[in-house]
Amino acid sequence: MPNPARIHPLADRLSAGNGVILSPVESRERISLRADPTTAKALGTAIGLNLPTKPTGVTTKGNKSAFWIGPDEWLLIGPDNGSMAKALEKVGRQVYSATDISHRNTAITVSGAKAVEALNSGCPRDLSLDAFPVKSCSRTVLGKAEIILWRTGNQEFHVECWRSFSDYVWKFLVDATRSA
Amino acid sequence: MAQSKRVEHVSTSTENTGANRIAGKGRLSPAKTVSFTFDGKTLTALEGDTLASALLAHGIHLVGRSFKYHRPRGILAAGPEEPNALIDISRDSARRQPNVRATVQTVYDGMIAKSQNRFPSLSFDVGVANDYLGRFIPAGFYYKTFMWPRKAWDKLYEPVIRSAAGLGIAPKEADPDHYASRFAHCDVLVVGSGAAGLTAASIAAKSGKNVIFVDENASFGGSLLSDSTSRIDGQSGQDWAKNKVTELAAMDNVTLLSRTTAFGYQSHNMVNLVEQITDHLAQPGSNLPRERMWQVRAKKVILATGAIERHLVFADNDRPGIMLASAAQTYLNQYGVTPGRSIGVYTACDSAWHAAFDLKKAGVSIVALIDCRETVNQDLINQANELGIKTMVNHAVTSTSGRLRINSMTVQPVNGENKTVIAVDCLLMSGGWTPSVHLFSQSRGRVKFDAERGIFLPDVYMEECTSVGSCNGTYDLSDAIAEAATATETALGDIGAKARKAKLPKVEDSPSMHGFLIGAAKGAGPDDFVKAFIDFQNDVTAKDIRLAVREGFQSIEHVKRYTTTGMATDQGKMSNMHGLAIAAETLDKPIPEVGLTTFRAPYTPVTFGAFVGHAKGDLFDVTRTTPMHEWAVDQGAVFEDVGNWKRAWYFPQAGEDMHAAVARECKQTREAAGIFDASTLGKIEVVGPDAVKFMNLMYTNPWDKLAVGRCRYGIMCREDGFIYDDGVVGRLSEERFHVTTTTGGAPRVLNMMEDYLQTEFPEWKVWLTSTSEQWAVIGVQGPKAREIIEPLVEGIDLSSEGLPHMSVREGKICGVPTRLFRMSFTGETGFEINVHGDYGRSVWEAVWKRGAPLGMVPYGTEAMHVMRAEKGYIIVGQDTDGTVTPHDAAVDWAIGKKKTDFVGIRGLKRKDLVAEGRRQLVGLKTRQPDYVIEEGAQIVEDPNHPVPVPMIGFVTSSYWSESLGHSIAMGVIDNGHKRMGETVYVPMKDEVIAAEICSPVFYDPEGGRVNA
Amino acid sequence: MLLIHCPYCEEERPELEFAGAGEAHIERPKNMADISDEDFEKFFFIRENQKGLVYERWRHIHGCGRFFNAVRHSVSDKFIKTYKAGEKKPKLTKAEIEAVLPPAKNTPANEPVYTDGAKQKG
Repeated sequence: MPNPARIHPLADRLSAGNGVILSPVESRERISLRADPTTAKALGTAIGLNLPTKPTGVTTKGNKSAFWIGPDEWLLIGPDNGSMAKALEKVGRQVYSATDISHRNTAITVSGAKAVEALNSGCPRDLSLDAFPVKSCSRTVLGKAEIILWRTGNQEFHVECWRSFSDYVWKFLVDATRSA
Repeated sequence: MAQSKRVEHVSTSTENTGANRIAGKGRLSPAKTVSFTFDGKTLTALEGDTLASALLAHGIHLVGRSFKYHRPRGILAAGPEEPNALIDISRDSARRQPNVRATVQTVYDGMIAKSQNRFPSLSFDVGVANDYLGRFIPAGFYYKTFMWPRKAWDKLYEPVIRSAAGLGIAPKEADPDHYASRFAHCDVLVVGSGAAGLTAASIAAKSGKNVIFVDENASFGGSLLSDSTSRIDGQSGQDWAKNKVTELAAMDNVTLLSRTTAFGYQSHNMVNLVEQITDHLAQPGSNLPRERMWQVRAKKVILATGAIERHLVFADNDRPGIMLASAAQTYLNQYGVTPGRSIGVYTACDSAWHAAFDLKKAGVSIVALIDCRETVNQDLINQANELGIKTMVNHAVTSTSGRLRINSMTVQPVNGENKTVIAVDCLLMSGGWTPSVHLFSQSRGRVKFDAERGIFLPDVYMEECTSVGSCNGTYDLSDAIAEAATATETALGDIGAKARKAKLPKVEDSPSMHGFLIGAAKGAGPDDFVKAFIDFQNDVTAKDIRLAVREGFQSIEHVKRYTTTGMATDQGKMSNMHGLAIAAETLDKPIPEVGLTTFRAPYTPVTFGAFVGHAKGDLFDVTRTTPMHEWAVDQGAVFEDVGNWKRAWYFPQAGEDMHAAVARECKQTREAAGIFDASTLGKIEVVGPDAVKFMNLMYTNPWDKLAVGRCRYGIMCREDGFIYDDGVVGRLSEERFHVTTTTGGAPRVLNMMEDYLQTEFPEWKVWLTSTSEQWAVIGVQGPKAREIIEPLVEGIDLSSEGLPHMSVREGKICGVPTRLFRMSFTGETGFEINVHGDYGRSVWEAVWKRGAPLGMVPYGTEAMHVMRAEKGYIIVGQDTDGTVTPHDAAVDWAIGKKKTDFVGIRGLKRKDLVAEGRRQLVGLKTRQPDYVIEEGAQIVEDPNHPVPVPMIGFVTSSYWSESLGHSIAMGVIDNGHKRMGETVYVPMKDEVIAAEICSPVFYDPEGGRVNA
Repeated sequence: MLLIHCPYCEEERPELEFAGAGEAHIERPKNMADISDEDFEKFFFIRENQKGLVYERWRHIHGCGRFFNAVRHSVSDKFIKTYKAGEKKPKLTKAEIEAVLPPAKNTPANEPVYTDGAKQKG
């Protein structure tokens, strides 16, 4: 039997203009990793990343990134091949929780000269480079949706949200772009 | 100096922008004109005119009728404090806004302006009868008069009063404009752009800190724009302001926002701004939002909000043609317009003298300058004499005449009766200035009263802000600039910025704002029957305040509500001090003992659109859909809202109503199979060595013995012992549970779990992750369910032995990973196929392709409800309401009797919860088998009991059961479990329905089908 | 809109990221099943709910997800401090308390006081 088609929640969407480009992030492997901070090092070693230990911290190696979400919570994002989950299975006797959320979350890249203005239409955080520099990440809100915001460049952000919120987040950003 | 300085009428090309334009005055270019209509008449204005300046240029003062007495009213002010000139402004039929202050609305080409609150026309208004009856409409008139008969209030009094009173009429069409919102952060927010604000912004900007600088007007400069004499460093005030603004505009760290009102000061230094973007444009681009709401968090706020001039309280002080002296000065110096040709001036303050001088120098006749103070600075008198202005110091204007516009004023000595009637076409007045402490007051700062100057001033600050310039009582221009510089330097120091000590500019010839009068002037009391207005917008007079006090109102908050003074849309910007002073005088108390009413946001009216911002249409709220949503749409499903989710409710076929569709869906599912989208159920992954311990705490059930691969129906209570949520829980491994929750309960259940874990048992090694959206859930239920999915599934034995009812396996379906649950919410053989979200639609379609030829139907939430009710399965929130225990709901088998702790264990032992006779969940069978009772209907024991009939319970669920051929219902009834077989009654609208109490399990009570 | 210092994220964040979670320092009895009616009442129903200094719980629900505690003055809305869940009720200094008090005791913040300029001069 042929494998069933995989349908991205934001398939075929694109928005550009008025200083903001929105594009869906392709499918990725995502893991919600929960563990005592003392275990972080071993878990990081397993997947080949130093898990960030400070709030808003992000570490990246190649196409894998680890995000500090809370004192015992990391989001891992990597290539869509399940390699991180497999690597974690081999960790052995550590006490932790790794839960696959590759399909729970999806993401949008927001970039352009007015990216900050568009995001600040609904996100109450200070997104100046001083307050939220490149390579910072935080869970926060955009309008009525919860997002994880990761600054990938001066004018580029990765906006992560739950799949059923992605239509709202997309439309909010389109509306915000219009008047950014 | 000669009286007859040449007066020129501007004539630009062929258009007449008004007979009252003064050549060479104002900052508008005579070359650029726009046309608009006022009450149907087309008029020409200069680009940059406000509606008020444009109308005054054409000699139009009469612009509206007052709220209560329908008195003719004119333009009183030149800024946002305007109480009278409220106009209906529209672009087209949908873009119409009532109650716009003519003094802040910029005229654009094609603008349609209409006066309000008049019938049939502005100059002839039948409502004016109220004016003649005014003696009989004192404060509290409505409270006192329309008490009897009670019935007449709804039918007669209220409709008549409502149609006679009120301001503009709200538009009925949907607003086609869009609105934007923006969160912003800055180091320094400067509100107000007069000399003090400009100084503050300039110093803050030069420190390199981020500055947001706002002004509600179209141009920056504040009162400097209307000031004709001041020189700052040798430049005119206008030029100095312009240079400062140019400098600021070129700096990257400065955001300049004009037409932007700071209207609210919230906790922790957040200030709300509303920026007007298109209301002044003739043809705004469709992408431009009409307004933008800013929520600015500033480290420091510098309030340079200025002061507002007060009127004087004397008889008939409200005729069109009477206006604030500062307003006339603004119209002259900013717009090149004079409000009259023979002008009288009545003042208690030096500033009006300067207004008179400006007008006189521009060639306008100042007929007399009356000052009610005993003495006035000799320099002013000398200057007036030089200009040939007749001055009458220690005199008062005690009345005016003129029907639709003032034509004369009556002047008397302050201490005498000798009356002089002087013909005028305009009267300017000034009672001195009121510092704008609104934002400061909103920031919860405390004001103090300066009795010498009759003003309330900022005293104790609660937020990180500082007041500079005239809002801080610093009226002198030089002092205001110095104060702003010092305060800004201190503020910058507080936030760790280095500010170089600014060199203060040299200020010369700035006008004086000395002198004031608060309360009633001569001729307005204490015991007069004249109408001396203090609040123009709500038609409150001096005698209304006195009457309120005489009737026993002592607190200013009560006087305010009884008389409605200060309660109009202008929030009493001009009137509050007068009302307070008259109340204080009548009470014979000092002003601060009477108290100042509380200032509240918004400072000026803000549109609903600005508050709504992006949250309209699709963005009004989040709409959550499942991966299979579009399939259901294609099938013509009707949806219902469950929380933010759209769920397929039923799938009508051609010609079917809801009843027929649901009956078919139930029947077909029970006879063959049904497919159901259960993706919205909440899912929580509970993982860790202490997972079992945690499950034992959170659920009433025991979990130790649940084998890996098996499921259990779990009940969750709160500490009070009442049911909070329920769901099926599968054990995937020793340390991993797949927990499901109700659709609506998912977030709060996770929150409660996290609460216990983080705060009561932080040492437990267990973690919770929401996986609600990781998994799409395809329910396949019915006798053919196994046959349908079997060929698609790999690696799982689907037989009743391999996968018994209430078990779970991990394997593959259609080649992708699945968590396959054998469970049932219908009472039939059932499976819930969990697959990763992105594969939900494709797997669903594969199952559909298999099932449809075997008679499988899609069913919606309504059929799901019917089938679960047939089995007596409860829905938390429908059959329970937060006062139902597991025992009440007859699910106490789910309580681990040997457990020593779980959430709710103690609550369940409470006396009232273990008492006999509690309201308990039972089944109900109507005596007429085809009668479906209404959900929520009350249940009684004896329908013939005299009223009031005691209620013994109510119906929680009620449906037509196609499978059983009769209606079924559930309800909670006092002592219900022990009343099986008894008959109870449900009074409906037209009849009383008899029903028998029975077991809630109507269908397949032996449970053979789920295990098949 | 409040600005709340999250003790886990170690910075101030906008109130929109948080959810209030009621009074702090109410511990669930270890012997829950056996406590008296009076103790259950105290634990489950009775709350201080006072005007003034309050010890309260917040959850940084749209942030790090942690519950934590705070001391806030309910009239001025100013926080004295926030601290991690499980930490003891902090001892407050007089200076800390005074810093968050509204302008005058038992009066609304913007009620005026009287300073008669003339009298002061006299």
